[in-house]
Amino acid sequence: MAWMSWTLPTALFFIGIGVILVGMTTWQILSPCVERRGFLPLATTRGDRLFIGLLSSAFIHLAFVALTDVNIAVATVLCAFWMLILMRWG
Amino acid sequence: MQTKVENNKAWFLVMPVFLIVAFSAIIPLMTVVNYSVQDIFDPQTRYFVGTEWFKQVILDSRLHEALLRQFIYSLTILTIEVPLGICVALMMPTKGRGASIALILVAIPLLIPWNVVGTIWQIFGRADIGLFGAFMSYIGVDYNYASNPTDAWLTVVLMDVWHWTPLVALLCYSGLRAIPEVYYQAARIDRASRWAVFRYIQLPKLTNVLIIGVLLRFMDSFMIYTEPFVLTGGGPGSSTTFLSQALVQQAIGQFDLGPAAAFSLVYFLIILLVCWVFYTTIMNMQKDK
Repeated sequence: MAWMSWTLPTALFFIGIGVILVGMTTWQILSPCVERRGFLPLATTRGDRLFIGLLSSAFIHLAFVALTDVNIAVATVLCAFWMLILMRWG
Repeated sequence: MQTKVENNKAWFLVMPVFLIVAFSAIIPLMTVVNYSVQDIFDPQTRYFVGTEWFKQVILDSRLHEALLRQFIYSLTILTIEVPLGICVALMMPTKGRGASIALILVAIPLLIPWNVVGTIWQIFGRADIGLFGAFMSYIGVDYNYASNPTDAWLTVVLMDVWHWTPLVALLCYSGLRAIPEVYYQAARIDRASRWAVFRYIQLPKLTNVLIIGVLLRFMDSFMIYTEPFVLTGGGPGSSTTFLSQALVQQAIGQFDLGPAAAFSLVYFLIILLVCWVFYTTIMNMQKDK
């Protein structure tokens, strides 16, 4: 694994993604979701909203890095709130 | 009465694919993410730099220019290849020996390796030994793809159209062959014009293959590397340097692995976003129907 040049932040990032995927799979098995329409302009499933949330979070992080000198942790906290809103009302 | 037996054994059949994808895509992607936050010379000599490379890459004007070129290129070839592919498919014979011959002829460009396509067009475009270059000189056009950016663009676009329109044409051809004859019989009874047959029967039935065609061509053209690299080397200047070539210059030419990894991730996110927008838009258009 040394050839992959792991760092603590990237390891935590992938563990986070892994936990989210396992959690979503378990949730889907326990309570299968139905497609619905929220504030997004299209009908989405839980998995769709997760994908949209992760992709938009990536771009929010990039925008923070490019346009501001604010600590990246602020973007992460904002994205966590954004994900919650998207998953619940998206 | 037979009851449906549920088991999860089928998941084991998916395991080989999962393992292949893990080794060919997921693990390399993880490595790229690791590289993107480090100043890395080799796995032992590396320094954590956080988001520094991302800031550098996003604010890099070379990336902006390459991205703009890439979008213009992809949109240009989609605008040409999709209608042209449909036209070619509509004109191809449907029965007899002619159909087989047409299929083989149309498929030939697809069988040629990408670097060979670049070499073919490199020679084809030369005014001294190439047919196309000589023809342009003959009709009085001062054409030189090695020194004129417009000519280089024209040649790269023509090369892609020649190489990949057959894919769209073959996809459309298969879609057209799948339309039941009764639709055409109904159209004949209604005395529908040729245009009406195309607009209300053939085009709606081609939607699915066109979705695949547009997505494939967009992704392929957005990641294009070999053909322009062989043909123009990204020049003249950097006029035909697309994203993947800019990336290779950074990763291999300059051996800046950290910035190149950050560049790759930004590139990956852009492709993911554009493909998702394409896919969602097209699928919603279908649902609305």
